[in-house]
Amino acid sequence: MVKKVITSNEAVAEAVKLAKPDVIPVYPITPQTTISEYLAQYVADGDIDSEYIRVESEHSALSAAIGASGAGVRVFTATSSQGLMLMHEIVFAAAGMRVPIVLADANRAISAPINIWNDHQDSISQRDAGWIQLYVENAQEALDSILQAYKIAENEEVLLPTMVCLDGFYLTHTVEPTEIPNQEQVDQFLPKYHGKYSFLDPKQPTSLGTLADPQYYMEIRYQIEKSMENSIDVIKEVGKEFKSVFGREYGLIEAYKCENADVVLVAMGSICTTLRYTVDQYREKGEKIGLLKIRAYRPFPVDEINEALKNAKKVAVLDKNISFGVGGAVYNDIKAKIDVEAYGFIVGLGGRDINPEDIGDIIEKTKNPVKDITWVGLKEE
Amino acid sequence: MKIPEEELLAPGHRGCAGCGATIGVRLALKALGRNTVAISATGCLEVITTPFPETAWEIPWIHVAFENAGAVASGVERAMKAKGMEDTNIVAFGGDGGTADIGFQSLSGAMERGHNLIYICYDNEAYMNTGIQRSGSTPYGASTTTSPVGKKSFGEDKPKKNLPLIMAAHGIPYVATASISYPEDFMRKVKKASEIDGASYIHLNQPCTTGWGYESSKTIELGRLAVETGTWMLYEVVNGEFKLTYKPQVKRPVKEYLSAQKRFKHLNDEEVETIQEYVNQQCKAVGI
Repeated sequence: MVKKVITSNEAVAEAVKLAKPDVIPVYPITPQTTISEYLAQYVADGDIDSEYIRVESEHSALSAAIGASGAGVRVFTATSSQGLMLMHEIVFAAAGMRVPIVLADANRAISAPINIWNDHQDSISQRDAGWIQLYVENAQEALDSILQAYKIAENEEVLLPTMVCLDGFYLTHTVEPTEIPNQEQVDQFLPKYHGKYSFLDPKQPTSLGTLADPQYYMEIRYQIEKSMENSIDVIKEVGKEFKSVFGREYGLIEAYKCENADVVLVAMGSICTTLRYTVDQYREKGEKIGLLKIRAYRPFPVDEINEALKNAKKVAVLDKNISFGVGGAVYNDIKAKIDVEAYGFIVGLGGRDINPEDIGDIIEKTKNPVKDITWVGLKEE
Repeated sequence: MKIPEEELLAPGHRGCAGCGATIGVRLALKALGRNTVAISATGCLEVITTPFPETAWEIPWIHVAFENAGAVASGVERAMKAKGMEDTNIVAFGGDGGTADIGFQSLSGAMERGHNLIYICYDNEAYMNTGIQRSGSTPYGASTTTSPVGKKSFGEDKPKKNLPLIMAAHGIPYVATASISYPEDFMRKVKKASEIDGASYIHLNQPCTTGWGYESSKTIELGRLAVETGTWMLYEVVNGEFKLTYKPQVKRPVKEYLSAQKRFKHLNDEEVETIQEYVNQQCKAVGI
């Protein structure tokens, strides 16, 4: 194990190097670009023995990833924002074809207007595709989550592609001290992948990606639902196994000082660091504020969230995305599945800064609500 | 040439009687043999051969979407390399829509990167799977459901996009045109493509009974007429060197080819003459 001061993008690339994918089809896009650059350099230097495909678009990156994964090898790709939008059709195909691809998404706003800064609209817009989505808070979690993502995706009870979402610039371009595990430990945790369903073998010919008519389509979709349910336990087990090897544990959620909280802040990604700081500030003043960090957004961990929020009087959900007219996606999921008094706050779209004062405002508006959904930090309201 | 009896595309698929596309795939797979992985773009071929839980493919086969056969094939090729199975033939099949139009970028990328694979465009000159809509490969004068003949229209008003020469411009080692009606010529080209290290592109003309409007027993005859009139030419471009592989002894009038098909039935003598002149010019340029 060595410790390096690196960006989350470099942490992702280090994790990919350790996971040793056979094929890496990737296309550059801000703020993901340095991931594709690091990986290209590793290949150029012979540090990894991967087939790197310099595809001509993100659409082709994911298409090539499916082709390679369909042939039974481990695959990695990465993208962001418009790139993920261009992939969209193929994002669904990857889940339907049950290929355990791992994709890192450097979360960035969606055009128009064009904007390279952070929010979650890109990955949230892929919510219903059938991918597992993990949102990370820092470089260490980015690195660790890539390794875990393979273990989760390749589990036979799951076999779903997995997206590791890291906030553009806040994480992708910010350096933090990060532990790089050694290869022996990673090999122990994540052995070489042998796709049990290696479809494209001339000795055992199989057809992959066929037409399914109304007699069959619905069952195949239902199997995705069941596998998504299975992934709840798999993510927890992988988190425990990861801890036994590396000493760090991640679950579906992280409940921070929620037990007796009057107001719990619910959020995903790097903002949780600011929120944890704010919770501590309030706690010092004697105010009972808590934080619920959602790490696994799909599968949506309903039971775990219910348990974490069972004593919460009120909940403020911070969404870096918007479904126009009904608020953020996380807020809507909480409203749909969790029996708690919840208020929605739209924050940080297109990289709009969000600071502890804004969070204080959110807490006040949750204690004394005037409306269910509030946009935070607008120049005029 | 001895044509293997073994069929790697099984009978019983849902193709129309007289389907030219499946004749082309059967011939290509006879040339390539069992050690082959096939990739399909969405289209007639994919729909008629793989209604779950059945499949007509006796070799491994993958389909993802309409516009990405080139990219999917790229991923398959690199995965086979990573698995130490470089000797496996990788062949992608796309219709003219999936190749000349929506799949053009993906194909261009795959060719330009030089993957060791064969891309075969089965060209029936329109979007047949969705019911005969005009593609970039639809020829001048053809009536389709989106370039219909009408009071102010004689049908498609542009000549077909020249895909094989565009592919040759990518600098790939092997480009060829072929016809299902000249099976030995086509199979020899597929075999040659499989022996070349790098990207190969074969543009296969295949008459479509439904889309072109002729009796289902006449598919091979129509393919022959296309070549014997000079409307379709058989050639290869090997490492940039252009060579005709078949030259009609006597070039038959284009009218014979056009009048055999419903899609051209509406053309008047003047329009037929325009097409004849265009064909003459194209043929002259290559020595036919």
